[in-house]
Amino acid sequence: MKQLVTLTVNGTRETVAARPGHTLLEVLRYDLGLPGTKQGCDKGDCGACTVLVDGEPILACCTLAATVPEGAAITTIEGLAGPGGLDPVQEAFDRSGALQCGFCQPGMMLSARALLKDNPDPTATDIRAALGGNLCRCTGYTQIVDAVHLAARLARGEAVAYAPGAAPGFSVLGGRHRKADGHDKATGRALYADDISPPGMLHAKILRSPHAHARIVSIDASAALALEGVSAVLTGDELPTLYGVIPWTQDEQALCTDRARFVGDEVAAVCAVDEEAALAALDLIAVEYEVLPALMTPEAALADDAPLLFPGRKHGNLTKRVKLDFGDVDAGIARAHATVSGEYFFGGTAHAPIEPHCAVAEYDSRGLLTVTSSTQIPHYLHRTLSRVLDLPPDRVRVVQPALGGAFGGKSDPFGHELVAAKLAMKTGRPVKVLLSREETFYTHRGRHPMRMKMTLAADADGRLTALDSDILIDGGAYTSFGLVTAYYSGQLLTAPTDFETYRFDARRVFTNKPPCGPKRGHGSVQPRFAFEIQLDRMAERLGCDPIELRRRNDVGPDTTTVNGQRITSNGFLECLRVVEEASGWRARRGKLPFGRGLGVAGSTYISGTAYPVYPNEMPQSGVQIRLDRSGRAQVMCGASDIGQGSDTMLQMVVAEELGILPDQVRVTSSDTDLTPVDLGAYSSRVTFMAGNACRQAARALAGKLREVVAAKLELPANQIACGNKRWFFTGDPDRGIDAAEAFALAEATFGTLGATGGYRTDATLGGDYRGGTIGASPAYSFTAHVAEVEVDPETGWIDVKKVWAAHDCGFALNPTLVEGQIAGSVYMGWAEAVMEEHAFVEGGHNPGLLRGPNLLDYRIPTSVESPEIECFIVESQDPNGPYGAKEAGEGPLHPVLPAIANAVYDAVGVRLTTLPFHPSVVRAALREAGKC
Amino acid sequence: MLRIAPTFEVRNPQTLDEALALLGEHGSGARLIAGGTDLLPNIKHGLHAPTLLVNLKSVAGLDGVDLDGDILAFGALVPLERLASDPAIRAVLPALADAASQVAGPQHRRMGTLGGNVCLDTRCVYLNQTYFWRSALGFCIKKDGTECHVTKVGKKCVAAASNDTAPALTVLGASVELASPRGTRALGLDAFYLNDGVANTVIEADEVLTRILVPRPASDRRTAFQKLRIRGSIDFPMLNLALAFNLDDAGFLSAPDVVVGAIAARPRRVKRLPEGKLDAALVDAFCETAFKQVRPLTNINGDVAWRREMVPVLMRRAFESAAP
Repeated sequence: MKQLVTLTVNGTRETVAARPGHTLLEVLRYDLGLPGTKQGCDKGDCGACTVLVDGEPILACCTLAATVPEGAAITTIEGLAGPGGLDPVQEAFDRSGALQCGFCQPGMMLSARALLKDNPDPTATDIRAALGGNLCRCTGYTQIVDAVHLAARLARGEAVAYAPGAAPGFSVLGGRHRKADGHDKATGRALYADDISPPGMLHAKILRSPHAHARIVSIDASAALALEGVSAVLTGDELPTLYGVIPWTQDEQALCTDRARFVGDEVAAVCAVDEEAALAALDLIAVEYEVLPALMTPEAALADDAPLLFPGRKHGNLTKRVKLDFGDVDAGIARAHATVSGEYFFGGTAHAPIEPHCAVAEYDSRGLLTVTSSTQIPHYLHRTLSRVLDLPPDRVRVVQPALGGAFGGKSDPFGHELVAAKLAMKTGRPVKVLLSREETFYTHRGRHPMRMKMTLAADADGRLTALDSDILIDGGAYTSFGLVTAYYSGQLLTAPTDFETYRFDARRVFTNKPPCGPKRGHGSVQPRFAFEIQLDRMAERLGCDPIELRRRNDVGPDTTTVNGQRITSNGFLECLRVVEEASGWRARRGKLPFGRGLGVAGSTYISGTAYPVYPNEMPQSGVQIRLDRSGRAQVMCGASDIGQGSDTMLQMVVAEELGILPDQVRVTSSDTDLTPVDLGAYSSRVTFMAGNACRQAARALAGKLREVVAAKLELPANQIACGNKRWFFTGDPDRGIDAAEAFALAEATFGTLGATGGYRTDATLGGDYRGGTIGASPAYSFTAHVAEVEVDPETGWIDVKKVWAAHDCGFALNPTLVEGQIAGSVYMGWAEAVMEEHAFVEGGHNPGLLRGPNLLDYRIPTSVESPEIECFIVESQDPNGPYGAKEAGEGPLHPVLPAIANAVYDAVGVRLTTLPFHPSVVRAALREAGKC
Repeated sequence: MLRIAPTFEVRNPQTLDEALALLGEHGSGARLIAGGTDLLPNIKHGLHAPTLLVNLKSVAGLDGVDLDGDILAFGALVPLERLASDPAIRAVLPALADAASQVAGPQHRRMGTLGGNVCLDTRCVYLNQTYFWRSALGFCIKKDGTECHVTKVGKKCVAAASNDTAPALTVLGASVELASPRGTRALGLDAFYLNDGVANTVIEADEVLTRILVPRPASDRRTAFQKLRIRGSIDFPMLNLALAFNLDDAGFLSAPDVVVGAIAARPRRVKRLPEGKLDAALVDAFCETAFKQVRPLTNINGDVAWRREMVPVLMRRAFESAAP
């Protein structure tokens, strides 16, 4: 039963037959072919679906299409640009780095457009208030606020030139260039997984366990299959092969065959002509469960009589234990002048990208499977699909379209991807699985809860002599990256602060909760939180300034850490200096009135893991470049641009080496049929590895170009340079030829032009002991933060007034993108400090039920309360990084949590050791200390 | 994506009489929709399965604001954003403007209406979840079940009134005008709200809230509104509080009224408030009185002891706002 609905969209009257229950969002996206309006939360909590109706921003997901008046002017992102080009808002967002993943930005830009209509010169407070209903997970809102300021200036007719610039000695690199995908994201043309709907597509839905732990006695899907519109049902016995991202710990199934291990575990699936029919069919699947006792804490799971999640498993519920000793820790403690011991707890958090997971699978009659998925690991997904579906790898293609935020939450192969593929194979029709917001919370892989006990020892000179660490990790129901998590929780703590001896004992344990995994700063954010507070306490004990204590124990460059990790470049001291100065630390720390305080913390992070997750001798990242007489180049790489800008990085490297402009370089990435293998967007590896591979390929081509230009100009090749679309004589830049002409000359001389490059880490990295390679990286980034807080003793709210964040990224290939990564990291860590918590319901009939798995109950910050962030780039010039570059996407998250904790201590004299710092927790701590 | 089950048709009446006729014909299966920001998420969660939605926004003449007489009149469809941003409204009813400006996010306030906020369904952390989630938890009294996960033992639903305008309008002495095929009635908000989480208003299935009427505050009447929330936008209240009192030239406070929301099924009036010279001691007495009477429940996110502690904090801040 449908009714005709007439709407005026972007100036055009459109009539569609819509079901009365269809929202404006569904009609725009699926009936009118305007996918620029996004769906993030299902129900009015995120603002991604914002459109303008008669100039006012409204939520399309909470508007029934049938209630919109015919004459109301609806403006979507596709209609924002006028005949004269981009709207100033789009232009400003594209210039300012505001478009990271871009998924929330159509709604954000429309809210900004509405603001500027009424308020042509808004303050930052006005902007933050007007955008308060549009959640962004990438930027921390800093660059968005900047973009709206710029948009206001452009809209007022000010001439603000676009001048990206470049670092000294470069023509492109170091410049603040637009993103390669910026224009598509600014205009709503970027296609995300749910924007792709091949003809004849079916919709699949997954039935999930309502029990945290249960044996599956039987599944009867016959009634579901009989329902009109249903094409196929699927149960686990059709996909029994175990898989997991780490080859040694394959313990997941696409659909459970005999046991469900958390509320939300996948049990069966159906596909049907539309989502409504598929949902109706789910209700008809009868599953008989035998409910088993659920384990909600690692302590309970380790009890002698605890039921096992994986019966027969050798180590029971212990996923992995890592015990490592470096030097004589007991002696280090025994001879110490001071020791500080503490216990810390991190409650666990979710990634909550605004884009829910989505996969579209197609299987053709030749037996070729194509899966288009919101994944950040196309290559590992490719391997998993091949293995679980028993297809030769050459029959499988994985495409990663534009990705609406990931943060590590899309770096496992997932059951829903296998389900979509299997159903496509069964039906011969394209199949889409789009997870609801609730399902993304069950899919999880978020940050592990950790309980950490640490003892830190120092001699009378303030030299750290020992660290002893005990870490209990709540892993949830499956291993995921848990093997690595257990190692990282200890291995990544040995810089930038050095200690003579070190011991850690880390245990990751299975519980009946959604599986944890890698979230931005995988494995090390939690122990870093504990350790940096330990340092603050040690500084107090020794009567030493906390920055000075860190200086005194700086591990330095060109060294090896106590656990055998090779450090090359290290800009940590400069990071400390910068934030010390910018924050007015010396004049203000310890001297502010009660309630106000400053805190410092530092950190390090890997620029990629030295080793792939499966052992092999092949490149970790491959790049191919081709160019021709048009003067245009194309770069192909398997690397996943998840909003961080890796496509832009590739584009800029090629432009730099070939003497052309970034927009003359086309980027094709993350398509396993079209691009050389890259292992994926995880462990902050892409700039370092794909950047090196890309430079190698580009330089091979540049060599040829140099040769033909030298011959043409009758000069030695070493006196030929390029830049700004020209190849020329270094002694007289006017003497040269256009780049396009150089390309044509080379094509005439050498034939069709192309080159490949690859990167593989030096295989000798890491400590010489079992597990010594985990945490080994070709380079480490360094970060220091100072946070300023104002604690409201009445409410317990911690108002983070400002964070000064200095990050050593080696060399900023594009400072705007680096600042975006720094600010986004600071925001995400701050949110984990003050707000976010992956919590479970107490009571009810089922333990293990996630508390409020939606974006209203699981609060991620809005622009209104998000702190001011000032980013500082420190460039230590890594000898092995591409042009000296290292990572910037994860390291800058770590220090903000302990920096806030340390600032709270400076402000009110209480030590917060349990995350998150809910106002109730702060109040309780203040009361206990007699401070309120 | 959460989809809306195909249970209903949508009608866009042009007049109030048409809307009333539709409600009358369809009985309890019909529901009114205006902004949709409350109703549609609830339908997506399976909390309602109407057979007919009657779009009130298509009815002309329900969005007027009349600030001229002794009774200030607001049409049910006045957008919350207008209440938040219209200087003329703020000048006469600052507490209502403050309340409206803190409802949800900017888009909700543009879609959402004053009438809709007054009629907002009660909310509970165990209720406003998907059907799957509620089935895994065990259904509750308000929908599909017989138990209460908040009180554990109680047989009465304690889902919380979560509308920010309700406490403000209550201390302003507002009333609502309800139209039905049987005629029109006006009710003070005290009589409009019930202490029943399942249905916390007396509105009948065939009635339409058409206007909100607020007596013009006397010149010595002071009012204020405060809201407790974690985020600066979007969040429903974890607690809200409206305060009103007369303050004469000598600084004597009389006729006080305090109403607290996000506690129980109806906005709760604090009783036995003192009168007297407005000084720190009197404010303390207000705080203490309210603290004693207000006991938050686990129906809303946030530690209950902390939320209770915040009652005097909001009270103090309301005084700072009302009588700076």
